[in-house]
Amino acid sequence: MSLMLPPLALAARSAVSAMGTGLAATREALHARRGGLAPCDLPGMPEGIWTGRVPGLEEVALPEALTRYACRNNRLAELALGTDGFAEAVAAAADHYGAHRVAVVLGTSTAGIAETEAAYARRGEDGALPTEFDFTHTHDLHALPRYVRARLGLSGPAVSISTACTSGARSFLEAQVMIAAGLCDAAVVGGVDTLCRMTLHGFRALELLSRGACRPCAADRDGISIGEAAGLVLLVRAGDAAPGSLALLGAGASADGHHMSSPHPEGLGAIAAMRAALDAAGDAPVDYVNMHGTGTRANDAMEGNAIRALFADRVPCSSTKGWSGHTLGASGALEAVIASICVEDGLVPGCLGVETPDPEFGVDLAVKNRAAPVERVLSNSFGFGGSNLALVMGRA
Amino acid sequence: MTGKREGPGRPMRCDIAGIGLLGPGLPSWEASRAVLAGGVPWEPAPVALPPPVALPPTERRRTSPSVRLALAAAGEAAAGSGLPAAELETVFASSNGDGAVVGSILEALTVPDGAISPTQFHNSVHNAAAGYWGIAMGSTRASVSLGGHDDSFATGLVQAVASVVARGVPVLFCAYDAPLAPPLDAKRPTDAPFAVALVLVPEGGVPLSVELAPDAEVTPAGEMEGLARGNPAARSLPLLRALAAGRAARIALPLADGGAVVLEVGA
Repeated sequence: MSLMLPPLALAARSAVSAMGTGLAATREALHARRGGLAPCDLPGMPEGIWTGRVPGLEEVALPEALTRYACRNNRLAELALGTDGFAEAVAAAADHYGAHRVAVVLGTSTAGIAETEAAYARRGEDGALPTEFDFTHTHDLHALPRYVRARLGLSGPAVSISTACTSGARSFLEAQVMIAAGLCDAAVVGGVDTLCRMTLHGFRALELLSRGACRPCAADRDGISIGEAAGLVLLVRAGDAAPGSLALLGAGASADGHHMSSPHPEGLGAIAAMRAALDAAGDAPVDYVNMHGTGTRANDAMEGNAIRALFADRVPCSSTKGWSGHTLGASGALEAVIASICVEDGLVPGCLGVETPDPEFGVDLAVKNRAAPVERVLSNSFGFGGSNLALVMGRA
Repeated sequence: MTGKREGPGRPMRCDIAGIGLLGPGLPSWEASRAVLAGGVPWEPAPVALPPPVALPPTERRRTSPSVRLALAAAGEAAAGSGLPAAELETVFASSNGDGAVVGSILEALTVPDGAISPTQFHNSVHNAAAGYWGIAMGSTRASVSLGGHDDSFATGLVQAVASVVARGVPVLFCAYDAPLAPPLDAKRPTDAPFAVALVLVPEGGVPLSVELAPDAEVTPAGEMEGLARGNPAARSLPLLRALAAGRAARIALPLADGGAVVLEVGA
């Protein structure tokens, strides 16, 4: 029997996606049902698709001492650090606990690989990559937590997580483990992933891209819209925060052990992860399920089956990827922040752009925003390699 | 409120119940113990990467060299622990992941229409080895895949031990890295394939303690120092040499951006 991990308070949050830069813009987009997806205008991407692009990212500057880290992914991290007083909140935590007691635990699927894509296009006649291309500080997965740690002046552990589309959510569980094991007192967690050619052409190769804005859970859904996002959270022990603070109440993980890119059709792995998260959160009822809901035929159907198996039609559920697109390794972190907004605002956001929800799911699928008491949200993330992760967000 | 702490924290303690290894001139943990203990000279030889027999043939064919590398070491450690492999949670750590697959996708993207192979795309995820492990063992246990650049062995081991300590469950930890293909290899040199795996348990094996330190001098790997410097997973060699010799040892693994992970084994 495994030991339970104590809940952690959300001492600070930041979110940047196509929905907007910062919590206020994200919240406003949710309430106004204003999505951020648009026809893709980045060069070299598949034709006729929509993406959730963060405007102005190319102009974000990194501090001069850290320009070796310059790449689209770290620019997005920088934008998120400068939003919602996040960097200032981390500085206060470092002052309180000691900079060596604050960890940086971040998920990403592709880090700064767009730099390598560009470097491949600039190869010399001998085929060598250009001299100025810095693999270690851009493309390498560890570049993300290393940049954030250096930028925030922290000296605690740096951990890079890459479990495909569960990366950002998994960082919350790793931080719980690290704080419980005494490795740190606080952790900057979350995920950052940015648009790159590998991901977009990869999903095209799998024939999973939607031709318009994605419509997760719609009866006539036709695939994914890829987005980019940063979701960052500063986690501390619940006892170190005011009573009633927003909190991570529990996390649960599982593997499918079934197939590399197709989920188990009955959603056994998804069910196991959701059950584990609910157990970890003390088995209290949840009021809303924020689905992984990418918009593909198979994944949404699997998740519908899994949610029906656990809750029948008793708990409203929806996917917010119609707003942001599927932000891959950042999605679990972005959606954990969205879940916390739902708790604060008593909001069940209905799937965007869905006229007819898939009747096969047999669940209470919200397609319009509902005002309702939301004390706890179950937030799902599933990824290639059969990786499953569920978080329960609420108040400590 | 928890106040500011001066020290780096308490050491974490667990036991090592199984070991796996695959590297140049190190065909398995069992077959390499005498070499690692110093009784037999080390003779570097090309690494043979066995296809994972536990996978169904279709999946087996799809596995890349780096997945085969990781699964070989992980399989040996799990078998050596006597624990059912399917019931172990896993932590995989790798700097390059499936860098050869990523490299061939990057190559494919240079042609105008950018058509890439769907199988290569799903094999390019950093958790590919973990995914194939789950399929091979029929395991539905939680698994995490970490990066870490040159620190991947040290930080991966810390996360795995933290999980054992905080949650009281056995964890299979596997660190592996394989060379990249040109032209990426010039930017991220990796000399030879190397994988190490440890089954870590709350109790019942060789005692291991792990702590974070502000600074420490690297523990050398003797005649295998070149191997240790040439692959992030081979930073495990000082630990493996102590385990093979059955001697107590204190091993320091300095980290790229300062600080160190300090291990004590057999104490």
